[in-house]
Amino acid sequence: MAIKERMSGNEAVARAIKQINPDVMPAFPITPSTEIPQFVSNMVANGEVDTEFIPVESEHSSMSAAIGASAAGARTLTATSSCGLALMWEVLYVAASNRLPIMMEVVNRALSGPININAEHSDSMGARDSGWIQIYAENNQEAYDNTLQAYRIAEHKDVKLPIMICQDGFITSHAVENIELIEDEPVKKFVGEYEPEHYLLREDEKMSVGPYAISNYCMEAKRAQAQGMINAKQVILDVAKEFEAISGRKYGFFEEYMLEDAEFAVVAIGSVCGTIKDAIDELRSQGVKAGLLKVRVFRPFPGEEMAKALKRCKAVAIMDRAEGYNANGGPLGAELTAAMYKAKVSAEVVNIIYGLSGRDVRVNDVKDVFNKLQALAEGDNQFGEYPYLGLRSL
Amino acid sequence: MRALTEIRWHGRGGQGAKTAALLLADVAFNTGKHVQGFPEYGPERMGAPITAYDRISDKPIRVHSNIYEPDFVVVVDDTLLHSVDVTQGLKEDGAILINTVMELEEVRPYLNGYKGKVFLIDARKVCMATLGKYFPNTPMLAAIVKVSEIMEEEVFMKEMEESLKHKFAKKPEVLEGNMNALRMAFKEVR
Repeated sequence: MAIKERMSGNEAVARAIKQINPDVMPAFPITPSTEIPQFVSNMVANGEVDTEFIPVESEHSSMSAAIGASAAGARTLTATSSCGLALMWEVLYVAASNRLPIMMEVVNRALSGPININAEHSDSMGARDSGWIQIYAENNQEAYDNTLQAYRIAEHKDVKLPIMICQDGFITSHAVENIELIEDEPVKKFVGEYEPEHYLLREDEKMSVGPYAISNYCMEAKRAQAQGMINAKQVILDVAKEFEAISGRKYGFFEEYMLEDAEFAVVAIGSVCGTIKDAIDELRSQGVKAGLLKVRVFRPFPGEEMAKALKRCKAVAIMDRAEGYNANGGPLGAELTAAMYKAKVSAEVVNIIYGLSGRDVRVNDVKDVFNKLQALAEGDNQFGEYPYLGLRSL
Repeated sequence: MRALTEIRWHGRGGQGAKTAALLLADVAFNTGKHVQGFPEYGPERMGAPITAYDRISDKPIRVHSNIYEPDFVVVVDDTLLHSVDVTQGLKEDGAILINTVMELEEVRPYLNGYKGKVFLIDARKVCMATLGKYFPNTPMLAAIVKVSEIMEEEVFMKEMEESLKHKFAKKPEVLEGNMNALRMAFKEVR
């Protein structure tokens, strides 16, 4: 039986963590993810979980402690945002290359500067090539559901990689919305116990974690790591199928909303997708064939699958909530455009930067994008040379 | 009762406008509605102007933008009238509710010619009579429920009693004062 509740995105993932009852959580607070370790340490104090909570002195330390705990054989997690994630940079790669299935709740927030606390994807997008799986949420429900699926993906023997579960700072992390929770028992059965194959505290197997590798071996280790990410694709789909059986909610690499017969499509990640759906409903009632491709899984990147879903479109707007600072647009734009080229998709493509530092996106902003997409399909580019959505004139 | 009610709160950091918005979402959820309650954060500090929002709907809510054309506006602190355009986008078939000791004719000049209904309440008076301390969010919550008609007074009072009992489980002595504040606020809206 589903439990009907209302809670914020941070409360929702904290509830999922409580149901999972992981072994170790080192964490250092940073807005807007601070509530997550705060809720978990309350649960620890109240004896509601068996988790060992480690207050550390920095995010570099929280990730280092997570690596130690995970290597020892513990089911481990942490949470962070923005500069906190940036401070972990060096050790993110250590977690991934040592094939440690750590879960990290990332509450997406802008990186400095100017200093800003609001939603942006520049933090996790900056870490997109660090070897972590990345799954994004539109709302509190998806943040909860993705958290419950995280360890099943990360710990799978064909994967063994750390995983970021991302949601938009404040927009979902601090908004109270309706949610359907799953009861404890089916969650526990679904998540299961963590039984690592190799770990430091295993008495009958001596091992070393994170040693130097000479060039004769290093490249093979990296190729093996890449295979984990390749394998993650099938595992993500398999886990989603099992999750559907206990929740009734369907997940894949991405969600297609009114995309099947769409002539004009927007591709986006995160909370803005709800706003896009409302805009599409309005446009559809006026006869405009508008659709959405909502990216859920960014790492591994399902480029081929996304390109295939967009192949009938006349014009596509790829929306990035992160500036690439490369004079070429954002990361989703760059990677998806390349995938569409390989798949010989003939649609016109525009990459739009939106929502930086929490800049609000309204239904009307999205309708404007679709209007311009229709013109673009007719050869009239009204987007300009380097499109930013909702930018005030300088 | 509208299929979708959108409310914007104006307050100052520390007065509980965000808490009131979240409480309203809570109560509406308990009566079977789909809700969204969220703050808009600027540089957080005591006394700085803050905005919070509520969407209350019969259907699931997907939109994740702020509210630009609210049905109702709540002003928790009347000193904001000097600096914030509180009626911006406010629908004329809606209403504005202001916590103030001023009379309607004194408030009017701050409302940019707003043609909809204006409701006033002296939340300080309610607080002092019932709580002995100034927590304006409690009476403002009751007052906006009355003004917006999103639920019956009796349903609201019953839900609030449950929720306050839970919230103040360790301080049952404050329950009565809060309930009295809510009840008195219903009568004091003018």
